[in-house]
Formats: sequence, structure tokens, C-alpha cells
Amino acid sequence: MKKRKRLTLLQKRSLHGYLFILPWLIGFIAFYVRSLIMTGQFSFSNLTVDAINGGFQLENVGFANYIYAFRVHPSFKQVLTTSVADMVIDVPLIIFFSLFMAMMLNRKFKGRSIVRAIFFLPVILNSSAIQAAMDLSATMMAGGISSQAAEVTATASSTIAFDINYLMNMFISLGIPGAFMDYIVQAVSRINDIISASGVQIVIFIAALQSIPTSMYEVAKIEGATAYETFWKVTFPMVMPHIITNVVYTIVDSFTQSEVVDLAYDVAFNQMNYGLSSVFSLVSTIVTVLILMLVVWFIQKRTFYYN
Amino acid sequence: MNLIKRLNTFIHDPFEMKILMNKIKELFVLIIRILILVGVGYVILSPLIGMLVNAISSDVDAYNPMVFVLPQFPTWERFQLAWKRLDYLPTMGRDLLYTGSLTLLQLLICSMVGYGFARFEFPLKKVLFAMVVVMIVIPSHTVMLPFYLTFRSFDPFGIVTAIHGAPINLMATVWPMYILTALGCGIRSGLYIYIFNQFFRGLPKEIEEAAFVDGCGVWKTYFKIMLRNASPAIITVTVFSIVWQFNDTFYAKLFLISENVVISKKIASLQANIANLDKVLDPTIQELYLDAGVLLILLPIVIVYLILQKNFIEGVERSGIVG
Repeated sequence: MKKRKRLTLLQKRSLHGYLFILPWLIGFIAFYVRSLIMTGQFSFSNLTVDAINGGFQLENVGFANYIYAFRVHPSFKQVLTTSVADMVIDVPLIIFFSLFMAMMLNRKFKGRSIVRAIFFLPVILNSSAIQAAMDLSATMMAGGISSQAAEVTATASSTIAFDINYLMNMFISLGIPGAFMDYIVQAVSRINDIISASGVQIVIFIAALQSIPTSMYEVAKIEGATAYETFWKVTFPMVMPHIITNVVYTIVDSFTQSEVVDLAYDVAFNQMNYGLSSVFSLVSTIVTVLILMLVVWFIQKRTFYYN
Repeated sequence: MNLIKRLNTFIHDPFEMKILMNKIKELFVLIIRILILVGVGYVILSPLIGMLVNAISSDVDAYNPMVFVLPQFPTWERFQLAWKRLDYLPTMGRDLLYTGSLTLLQLLICSMVGYGFARFEFPLKKVLFAMVVVMIVIPSHTVMLPFYLTFRSFDPFGIVTAIHGAPINLMATVWPMYILTALGCGIRSGLYIYIFNQFFRGLPKEIEEAAFVDGCGVWKTYFKIMLRNASPAIITVTVFSIVWQFNDTFYAKLFLISENVVISKKIASLQANIANLDKVLDPTIQELYLDAGVLLILLPIVIVYLILQKNFIEGVERSGIVG
């Protein structure tokens, strides 16, 4: 008798659980699951929208859209690879920069809250319309630092007395690989993008640093560890799980703002080629998810979980 | 003389020497830290400063190569015209109402779903929560076409056709956004569900058990007790939601929501409007008006952020967003 009553209570709890998540569950099935199936379906079809009544007709064309996207379309492959390449350059830089900044902002100093407020500001200003105006004024303001790599070298060689090429040639003749130098130059010239993309990550890392027990640092200090050793033996392993969170966030974020999205939007709503647009969306999503899985698997293998 | 004497003690006493070296090292680290913070802060703020300078420059200043940061003949004219062309107060009012109501809806729905996942055991819970993560990861452009077509001829289960006779077209209205948000699929809802879930999982179970023993129902417990205790998570989600909703142009463009409601969309046509209606034909001068318009649009969101920012960072630290 007693056991039966307990069971009904548990059943009641689980029913309440379903009630709590019901709005999301309906939305997820009605919009996301259905939309994903529809996108898959569209990519194999030729879709025509009925402009007056609002319905649409599908005409099955097999793999024609995929073949078109990969073998005929002039810019899709290039845009996709550029987006992926940009991401590969940006993600490690954003992660290390935001971790570095978070460690700096985690210390106690005067005016810390103002500085933190400034560092989160890029998230607020991160809107495509506003961003365009911002980029322009940044270029006007700073000349070199916010403009692209090409412009840096261009201005350097023409007017400003200090020649970056000279410095680069010096490093290259010192035996530092050219590819590495290119990466550094790219990184420096993209510093504006990197800073403005790392607001959320800095906040997450600050929270992560706060959650490390201070006793660990005390032990490290007593054992005579230097700041460098403390970072690699205590701080870094402890924030490792949050590096995964941040990497996932950064990759998703950089893909939602990449040119592939613009291209898919343009093809769908300006050229009315819905099937092709679905192919673009689907292929780029699959690439994103594959990269995510690869990266998460790669980091997870090296992650140490404290709890 | 005194200095030399002190230097002598430093050189001869290794302990004093070490203290001195440490002090120099600390000073050095401090200077580097200040330099980095100021430098990065400048990179972040420089576009804003630049825009502010542009927005108060007169035509003469715009072409004067000697002017840097401080314009010679400052003017309010840019703001006045941008204000007029943006139809500022009514548009901003509508946008704030739209953003605010959607944020409230996000808070209600996402906290409910997050609580449901955090505190109740039910079959398929793990699979469903994995779906929340999938929702965060899937870029929104993957589902944009079906969203568009669904709301282009909106007809859930044929109910609309049964009453109205034909599916209704919800394009160019704000309804698609409200429907999506109410069903937990709004802008980054997955992330908010995740944040709330992490937060509620961190709260002690005893509170609810005490409430249950005292005869408080599940819904009453949630609204009267759990939500009241969730202020760090609520502040975090509020800031994120207001900022991303206000800045969103992707969904606004997709659903053709009127630029009289979404002011960020209006900025795109501001330059053309000023060029055509006010006959400002010089692109350099047009950009000055654009900068003034952007500043006007940013104003309320920056104010909201400045009010909430202290609570916000603490909120993120305490809301277990990282957990």
C-alpha cells in the first residue's frame, strides 16, 4: 500500500516535469525537428513559392542542387573554405586572449568594475548594422591597427617611417617559418575582430576562475611553485572544461556570422533559389557540426574533471 | 649622500637586495598590466570615440586633416537630423516594448523549461536535454527557410483554415517572433534554458522539500520560491536577451518585421534617407549622420547595460553558467 502511494507521487512528479518543459517540447518538435526535415527535403527539390496564396510546390530533382553547388556555383566552395579558415585562425586566438584577459580582470584592482564593463561592451555593440558603421569609424580612428593585413603593409611601405616588412624579413631570416609569421601578422591585424568576439568568453572564464578553490593556490605557493608553473599546473587544468564551453560557443558564433549565412540568405531571398540555399545551409551546418565534434573530442581527451 | 648610503646597504645586505628586486619586479608587472588593459580598452572604445567625434563634427571639420578627436566647430545638427529621420522617440518606444515583452517571455518560458529539466525525473530526460544542446549548436540559418515558409502561410493543424478559410500570412508582423519565443525557440532560447538549468541544479533541494511538507504545490513552489531565488540567473538572461533581441537583424529581416518596430533595421536605410530627403550628397558627410544615428540607437541599450552591469557579472559568476 505504502509502495503504491510512493509510485504515484513519482509519476505525478514526472508528469509535472513534462508540463514544465511542454512549451519548449512543442516548439522544438513543431519548429526545429520539422524544419530540419524540411531543409533536408528542400535540398533535393526545386521549390516554387506561390506568391499569392503563400503555399509552395516541391519538385524532386535528386542531387542536382548539390552538384550545382559544388561544381557550377562560382563562389560557394570558396566562401565555405574562407569561413572555415577564418574560424581556424580565430578560435585559438579568441580562447587564449579571453583566458588571458579573464585572468587579468580577476585580480583585485581599482576601477575593476569599470574595466569589466568596457570589456563586455563589444557584445552589446555586436549587431551587423551597427558593426559596419563601427568598422568604418575604427578605421578612421586608428588607421593601422584595425585595418586588414594588406592595409597594414600598404601604409607601412608608403608613408609611415616604420616598415613592418623590414621587421618581418628580419624574423624570417632568423629562421622563423614564414607561415608562422603570416599567422602572427594576421592575428595582429585582426585584433579588433578578436577583441570584439571575446566578450562572452571573458565573462565565462572569469566565472570559471572564481570557481577554483583558493586552497589550491595556497598549496602551490607553499610548495614553491612559480606563477608560470601555477598557471600550467593549477589554473589551466581547472578551466579546461570551460575551454570546451567557450570553443563550442566561439565556433557556433563565428559560423552564424560568417559569409556562408549571407550567401545562403542572398540565394534564398534575392535569387529565389530555395533549393540551392538549403544545400548551402545544410552543408555548412554539417561542416560546423563535424568540426565541433572533432574539436570537442580532441579537447575532452585531455580534459581533467575536478568533480 | 643618504641615497648612496642606502644603496650601500642594499648591495651588502642580500635580504634587502631581494626585497628591492621584488619591488622593482612588481612595479614592472603593474606597468605592463596597466599598459595592456589601457591598450585593449582603447581598441574596444576607439570606434565609439570615433563615432562620437564624427557625430559632432561640422562639414569643415570632416575635411580638415588637422582635426583629430577634438572638432574645431562642434555641432548638434547631425543628431537633430538623425533623430528626425529615425522618427526616434516613437520608433524607439515601439522597439523597447517589443524587446522588453519578448525578454519577459524568454525569462518565463526558459526558466520554466530549465527548472523542469533540473528538478524533475521523467523518461527520456537525458535525450531531451541533449536536444536543447543541439538547439544551441545548430546555426539559425539552417532552419530559416522552413521558418519563413511556415509563417508565410501559418496554419497549425489546419485550425486557421477551419476558422479563417485560408492560412494567414504572418510576414511583416511581429507574431512569428512572439510565437517562436513563447514556444522556447526564440533567439538563443537554448542557451537560456541551459543557464537556468545549471542554476536551478545548484540550488539546495531542501527549500523545495520544506515547501512541499508545508503543503505548497509544485507551481506555487516554482513561482513563489524558486523564481525569487533565481535572481543571478534572471539578471544574466535578461542582459543577454535584451542585448541580442535588440541587436537582432537576422530574424527581423527573415520575417520582414517593419523597421518601425525594429530600430536596428532602420539604421540600414538612414544614410539613403538622408541622402534623398535632405539632399546631403557627399558620402563623407552622410557617414557623419549615420554615426549620429548609430549612437542614438545604442543609447538605451548602453544605459540598461550600465545599470545592470555590476549585478550582471556577479550574476554570471553565481549563476553557474560555467558548471
